[in-house]
Amino acid sequence: MTEQATGAHHPQPRAPRAAQQPITEHVTGAQSLIRSLEEVGADTVFGIPGGAILPAYDPMFDSKRVRHILVRHEQGAGHAATGYAQATGKVGVCMATSGPGATNLVTPIADAHMDSVPLVAITGQVNSKSIGTDAFQEADICGITMPITKHNFLVTKAEDIPRTIAEAFHIAATGRPGPVLVDIAKDALQAQTVFSWPPQLDLPGYRPVTKPHAKQIREAAKLIVQAKRPVLYVGGGVLKARATEELRILAELTGAPVATTLMALGAFPDSHPQHVGMPGMHGSVSAVTAMQKADLLVALGARFDDRVTGKVDTFAPFAKIVHADVDPAEIGKIRAADVPIVGDAREVIADLIVAIQAEHEAGRRGDYAEWWTQIDSWRKTYPLGYDLPEDGSLSPQQVIERIGKLAPKDTIYAAGVGQHQMWASQFIDYEKPYTWLNSGGAGTMGYAVPAAMGAKAGMPENTVWAIDGDGCFQMTNQELVTCALNNIPIKVAIINNGALGMVRQWQTLFYNERYSNTVLHSGPAESNSGSAAGKQKAESLGTRTPDFVKLAEAMGCVGIRCEDPADLDAVIEKANSINDRTVVVDFICHEDAMVWPMVAAGTSNDEVMAARGVRPDFGDMEDD
Amino acid sequence: MSKHTLSVLVENKPGVLARITALFSRRGFNIDSLAVGTTEHPDISRITIVVNVIEDLPLEQVTKQLNKLVNVLKIVELEPSSAVHRELVLVKVRADNETRSQITEIVRLFRAKTVDVSPEAVTIEATGGADKLEALLRMLEPFGIKELVQSGTIAIGRGARSITDRSLRALDRSA
Repeated sequence: MTEQATGAHHPQPRAPRAAQQPITEHVTGAQSLIRSLEEVGADTVFGIPGGAILPAYDPMFDSKRVRHILVRHEQGAGHAATGYAQATGKVGVCMATSGPGATNLVTPIADAHMDSVPLVAITGQVNSKSIGTDAFQEADICGITMPITKHNFLVTKAEDIPRTIAEAFHIAATGRPGPVLVDIAKDALQAQTVFSWPPQLDLPGYRPVTKPHAKQIREAAKLIVQAKRPVLYVGGGVLKARATEELRILAELTGAPVATTLMALGAFPDSHPQHVGMPGMHGSVSAVTAMQKADLLVALGARFDDRVTGKVDTFAPFAKIVHADVDPAEIGKIRAADVPIVGDAREVIADLIVAIQAEHEAGRRGDYAEWWTQIDSWRKTYPLGYDLPEDGSLSPQQVIERIGKLAPKDTIYAAGVGQHQMWASQFIDYEKPYTWLNSGGAGTMGYAVPAAMGAKAGMPENTVWAIDGDGCFQMTNQELVTCALNNIPIKVAIINNGALGMVRQWQTLFYNERYSNTVLHSGPAESNSGSAAGKQKAESLGTRTPDFVKLAEAMGCVGIRCEDPADLDAVIEKANSINDRTVVVDFICHEDAMVWPMVAAGTSNDEVMAARGVRPDFGDMEDD
Repeated sequence: MSKHTLSVLVENKPGVLARITALFSRRGFNIDSLAVGTTEHPDISRITIVVNVIEDLPLEQVTKQLNKLVNVLKIVELEPSSAVHRELVLVKVRADNETRSQITEIVRLFRAKTVDVSPEAVTIEATGGADKLEALLRMLEPFGIKELVQSGTIAIGRGARSITDRSLRALDRSA
């Protein structure tokens, strides 16, 4: 968004740089904003300038401590800040101007809200005197983002800027993390003020509870050692609380099976013998079934999302629930908890370890041997797997699996949303925390490329692979230009099946193979409306319009195409060997591959299908 | 369906009421009545919300969500048995020389007040609980109600304790 008719920007004379101590400087509001960002430790800002935010970009130009990355679309800025935050654990920062600049941030803000990502979005607002007059590029972004932010602020006075920025970062990062928007009127940025740091926070209504209640912890420990069939149901909160080391100790101490949700992949090593997989709609049979048959679920930083529970009334019907979450509103929201624990996952798990040790010392120890026998039989009988296409084309699962196998150590993966996301969650092994970034709650197509860019900007030493679909890629690929121009060399795998694959899968299963508007490739076979309805006769060769290889090259990246399984490893290795430029690999994949296992929407997790038409035999007759 | 009265203490800042009412509708609750005003502390406003709760959507969820709002300091549910609930109505009733005295008799019985008189109408001010006001309006109905305006319920707990004490201390600490 560029300034068009709002009148000239009047640069303010810059105050001489003050000494480090004490920090009190005579500056403009804009300078005070940049100084605040510096002091709060924001080293990277993704954004695009425009009229209302323009004053802030003048001092940004001079900042030695804040790196501004000029993106190509504000949505890219928001997802990049999210990827940065997910990978580094720090607060991600994005910046945009008023009106359309701000509204373009709405999707990534909603996305960060659903996935509890610490994000601070700074937007310019029209002059405070013009607010409410439908001024040029005016939008009530505070009103718009009210339901999708943890909190937001409208700043109309320059002197409020440092305190508000400090409060925004504090709110974003503490308790249950989330996005905070700071909307700053242009005249506040232009006004003269005094910058002093640190400011006094004024948040009397914000008191997140992090320390769990000792009695509840003892109750939980008691249930864990008494249980016969427990499962540790681990959610993204464990990653947010940086509690993965504590989780490993707790798991090994109790010997209980661990299921990690889509948001928690990497919180517990996939290769660990106690890891039973991911629960949910496309989770592993072992994880889904273990939770269904469990007599105790210990939910740690998880929120009983509908993608995990399936039909709620039939979810884990035999299980008592221990529910630990830093957000009290999550406890009992979907499923009543027998033992509710409000607290930060790290403190909860640390206290649980001590309480379990006390139980063990008192001679009370859970015996899960029989339970493990059952789980192992599910694991052995229903492992994750896939069939290779008979026509010799590339299997998307195999592509993703090989990327995972050939990836350098500590590679970070960012996925879009759809089939490729699920396959990436299934066929890549996540051994370390913060190596899997995705849009879990909101399911935002187009997340992968900008999020990978943000992760790479924050973790330049790590290889970052974006696993994307051809549908997702066409939503946000312009950020490849940002990568190319700012030395952010990511790698992008386009799982190009020429279709909106997950929607197509549902059409295959539930809409009688009527492929209405899910075909993206260039030649719809039987179409009268520009989209193929009905079964394809001609096989898909992936999306060729646009030509992703040429598109990549046009955007300053290396473009490679892979169509033959025989070339697969060589192409991936070539992509891995190029580390000074962004690489885009167009993997032309079979369009009929489907994601299994699957629990169809609205059905019970008892109805998990290991593959099409294959319902695992749980010996229900004897069991139920 | 049951009615609950919530007293919500909030920071006296712009936009707070919008945050609260939007939260109710977003989470599927219907607000029955709403009253907002200042308190003994200039930085704190008090919002009294009467909410209709249907069984499968527990009130607990909305109070927890309310508590998460950064500007919300405290939420107390005021039970009818341990709190005084009041509403205010202003009602314009058709009145002529024949009916005026009957209407003023009703006003007297309900300990209401006549605040305006004209040849065709009287305007009555009445305060009380919902039941009392309902009864009054039922009595006035036959004369012809020309206009009716009603405030949201406000409520305060019985006894010496105050719900603001602790919140004020929190506010002082942070100031």
